[in-house]
Amino acid sequence: MNRRFALKATAALVGLAALAATPALAQKKYDPGASDTEIKIGNIMPYSGPASAYALIAKTQAAYFKKVNEEGGINGRKVNFISYDDGYSPPKAVEQARKLVESDEVLLVFQPLGTPSNTAIQRYMNSKKVPQLFVATGATQFGDDPKKSPWTMGWQPNYQSEGRIYAKYILEKHPQGKVAVLFQNDDYGKDLMKGLKDGFGDKAKAMIVAEAPYEVSEPTVDSQIVKLKASGADVFVNVGTPKFAAQAIRKVHELGWQPVHIVNNVSSSVGSVLKPAGFEAAKGVLSTAYHKDPTDPAWKDDAGMKEWSAFMDKYFPEGDRTSSFTVYGYTVARTLEHVLKQAGDDLTRENVMRQAASLKDVTLPTLLPGVRMNTSATDFFPIEQMQMMRFTGERWELFGDVIAGEIGG
Amino acid sequence: MELFVQQVLAGLATGGIYACMALAVVMIYQAIDHLNFAQGEMAMFSTFIAWQLLQWGLPYWAAFILTIGISFVAGVLIERIVFKPIQNAPVLSHVVVFIALFAILNSLAGFIWDFTIKEFPTPFGSSPLLGSGLIGSHQAGMIAVTLVVLLFLYVFFRYTRVGLAMRAAAGNPESARLVGIRVGWMVALGWGMAAAIGAIAGMLIAPVVFLEPNMMLSILLYGFAGAVLGGLTSPGGAVIGGFSLGVLENLAGTYIPVVGSELKHPIALVVIVAVLVLKPGGLFGRVSVQRV
Amino acid sequence: MSVQDEAIAHPPIAAAAPVRSWRSGVKVTSLAWGLALLIVALAIPFFAKNFLIFQLTMVMVYAIAIVGLNLLTGINGQFSLGHSAFYAIGAYTAAILMEMGGVPYALTLPVAGLVCFLAGFLFGLPALRLEGLYLALATFALAVATPQLLKFSPFEHWTGGVQGIVIIKPDAPFGLPLSQDQWLYFFTLAVGLVLYWGARNLVRSRTGRAMMAIRDNPIAARSMGVNTALYKSLTFGVSALYTGIAGALGAIVIQFVAPDSFTFTLSIGLLVGLVVGGVGWLPGALFGGAFVLFVPNFAEHVSKGLSGAVYGVILILLIYLMPSGVAGFVRTIRGVLMPRAPRNPSAAARDP
Repeated sequence: MNRRFALKATAALVGLAALAATPALAQKKYDPGASDTEIKIGNIMPYSGPASAYALIAKTQAAYFKKVNEEGGINGRKVNFISYDDGYSPPKAVEQARKLVESDEVLLVFQPLGTPSNTAIQRYMNSKKVPQLFVATGATQFGDDPKKSPWTMGWQPNYQSEGRIYAKYILEKHPQGKVAVLFQNDDYGKDLMKGLKDGFGDKAKAMIVAEAPYEVSEPTVDSQIVKLKASGADVFVNVGTPKFAAQAIRKVHELGWQPVHIVNNVSSSVGSVLKPAGFEAAKGVLSTAYHKDPTDPAWKDDAGMKEWSAFMDKYFPEGDRTSSFTVYGYTVARTLEHVLKQAGDDLTRENVMRQAASLKDVTLPTLLPGVRMNTSATDFFPIEQMQMMRFTGERWELFGDVIAGEIGG
Repeated sequence: MELFVQQVLAGLATGGIYACMALAVVMIYQAIDHLNFAQGEMAMFSTFIAWQLLQWGLPYWAAFILTIGISFVAGVLIERIVFKPIQNAPVLSHVVVFIALFAILNSLAGFIWDFTIKEFPTPFGSSPLLGSGLIGSHQAGMIAVTLVVLLFLYVFFRYTRVGLAMRAAAGNPESARLVGIRVGWMVALGWGMAAAIGAIAGMLIAPVVFLEPNMMLSILLYGFAGAVLGGLTSPGGAVIGGFSLGVLENLAGTYIPVVGSELKHPIALVVIVAVLVLKPGGLFGRVSVQRV
Repeated sequence: MSVQDEAIAHPPIAAAAPVRSWRSGVKVTSLAWGLALLIVALAIPFFAKNFLIFQLTMVMVYAIAIVGLNLLTGINGQFSLGHSAFYAIGAYTAAILMEMGGVPYALTLPVAGLVCFLAGFLFGLPALRLEGLYLALATFALAVATPQLLKFSPFEHWTGGVQGIVIIKPDAPFGLPLSQDQWLYFFTLAVGLVLYWGARNLVRSRTGRAMMAIRDNPIAARSMGVNTALYKSLTFGVSALYTGIAGALGAIVIQFVAPDSFTFTLSIGLLVGLVVGGVGWLPGALFGGAFVLFVPNFAEHVSKGLSGAVYGVILILLIYLMPSGVAGFVRTIRGVLMPRAPRNPSAAARDP
């Protein structure tokens, strides 16, 4: 009884100190999945199948929550991170989401990955009123309508904003440019393409001289690059996932084509894209970023990345450090930790969403300097800022200002 | 016109990949009389072994030869350990075991070597050949090696005792046994050779598509398609099938508006099915006769 | 012709065509088994959690699809790696009718079945000329092409393109005090029973015998006056109809269709389910469906990083223990319990 009271009192103090804006938190309130000792968090990831490269994200997050638990948990509660495999198949994602909500009774589902899987579970999560928090996709539909889907929130900059940033850059620096686009023929590629076209506005038809889609099932994109080069374009926007983006960079170089080459953020990793493609070929390529790249020597002495590195050493030594997924997973997990800390002892699903929707200028050490997370009741896109950068041949060099996207709040 | 030439050459380069794999497919077909769905994953795994050997500091050709040797032994072992015990099970059960093998190798490779794409070196250099990058020297080298393997297979199956025995064992096991051929070992040998050729294909393909556990997923499909198009019993046909597939796909993607670029794979496959409907044995395959 | 001969002339069993002499005994026991199973099936939803009910519903959905594949492969001897395409067509037909046409969900099933029957029949026509591996490749191509056709931009208006279509889950009708999951379970069970009954009767009919005759010896069947071309195409159609209805049910249960739901992996899954249950034995589909749904979950439970490897090892062990799937296992048990029944019923039905 005493201990409980003491806890309550401490919680009240913490609550008052940290959350003066949201009063009445002294009372402990729990929804399924939360208790005095534990917070259950669900997750859905493709551990098997063609998209299994992404599973590294959840593995990093599991390691991060292990660290949190070893250091005392979140407000004294241990995190129980339950992650299931959906093999990137929407029907399986529905099954796993239901398992998490109905069988494991988690407080929330965190970072389910992939647009198809998230679309598949979105209606279910919202009807069950269980947070589908910080989805691991930049598709614009997860966060652009908080009224309709108040339980679904994005995290990373959405693809349309990114497309608009490129359009803005091209209009500014190469207003007479002829643009060729390579894109993955799925929701992600098309979303980014839409942003690009919206960014060009009524000039889109005149500016974009060639588009070439590719399927993930294709062995190479060589044929598409040959075709795009033949269109006479002098600006090339490369909307591919790492393997295809790297193939494209190499092929462009092999063909002796020298366009202004923009690679989308998904494939901006030095270690897993530019190095395999060849530094020589990748020199001069442009991209955008919002978090730091683990393989970029520019961050070698950065305090935030050192912290990340120490975490990797201790809790995830077998993790692949050349992959930016480890930094991504680490950063999102820290965001969740922040939200749950803010939620204090009111661990209801409603309060978790309320806290997630009231981030004010939150920064994390692995985000780029100047990138801040902001959300509100009408803005469900935590990160909307990115910065352009240029590859010098061995590292990225940021230039220009941190640019905010224009979609949503 | 320049675009046409470029697309044909790019198609030949990609077709070289398919042709390589198609050869391995024909090899296993000659040995066990059906297709092995795990073949692509076996090739991928071999390539990872080669990559690991290179990481440990072996020179390229040493790693190349050693990998072929390891793959051969592994192929024989897989046959002896996994397939020998179920040799009397129905064919579809074999197909399911191929699928199981596929899942095991893919998952194991991801577990050991991660999914990040890896650069795999080429012995032929990557400088453009024939002027302004029409075809890379690696692609040319790959096509050359494919042709050498083809020649080897041709001679092996036509003129060597073992090769002939293997064909007999696959085509008519009963009679082969009667004339003293050890059918069981012929099958194992065929597995070994198929694994070795797969390893060569993998090591040639990896520099083009980058090495990762899922790299053979789609290539195997095209290997199958190429082999079937050319006729499963003809190594030469398989190589031609692979090359035509690459060229066909590129031309469809380039010259047929909308449909071409979004559906270039289905179109290529439809063409193959059409060819098969007209010529059920494939372009160069032996025509099968059924006796009552 | 060797491959095809092997695949087709030696079907592991054909228990669905029992020999008359011992039929009655078997009939009684299988009827008893069937009834017991039905009672359990009817009782489960009142005891299980909604999540388990949902899983069992999916098992039945896959089982229906596998029955369809079994009609084609087990009974007629044609090989297909393309049934994910028919599953997808069924699912999209249901989704499009419900979301755009406002058609009640129950009515979408017959439409989906009909559309798939036509698709299957038409696909079966050119496929007639292809046998064994070549047919496998053609169907393989169909499976690979399906997701790409579903997101093909000119069709986007209907298919929702890469985004897919979200469907509303139906409530129980007539104010029945059932949850959505319970209701869909019973609905699927009813549809499944009707379809199973249909398949059983089809196999035992004159048509069924003709289908099997084609499997066992096409040339002999032809010379006996069986129109092989027609029967093969028809079987393709019926098989697609079953799989298509399963697809429609699956779409309603999952509430969502998208190109990524119907990749080649689905075809592989159905094939594995078919073999695990037993080629040619219709009740095996239930085991197959359960395998498709539950074994990957179990594999994941054993090891997350190596779930694929665990799944593969389970599959291999299963084939070691039961080379002809559950069907072969049941046959062995039957042989032990009823020694007078012939051990290999198909031996009598098959004329070598």
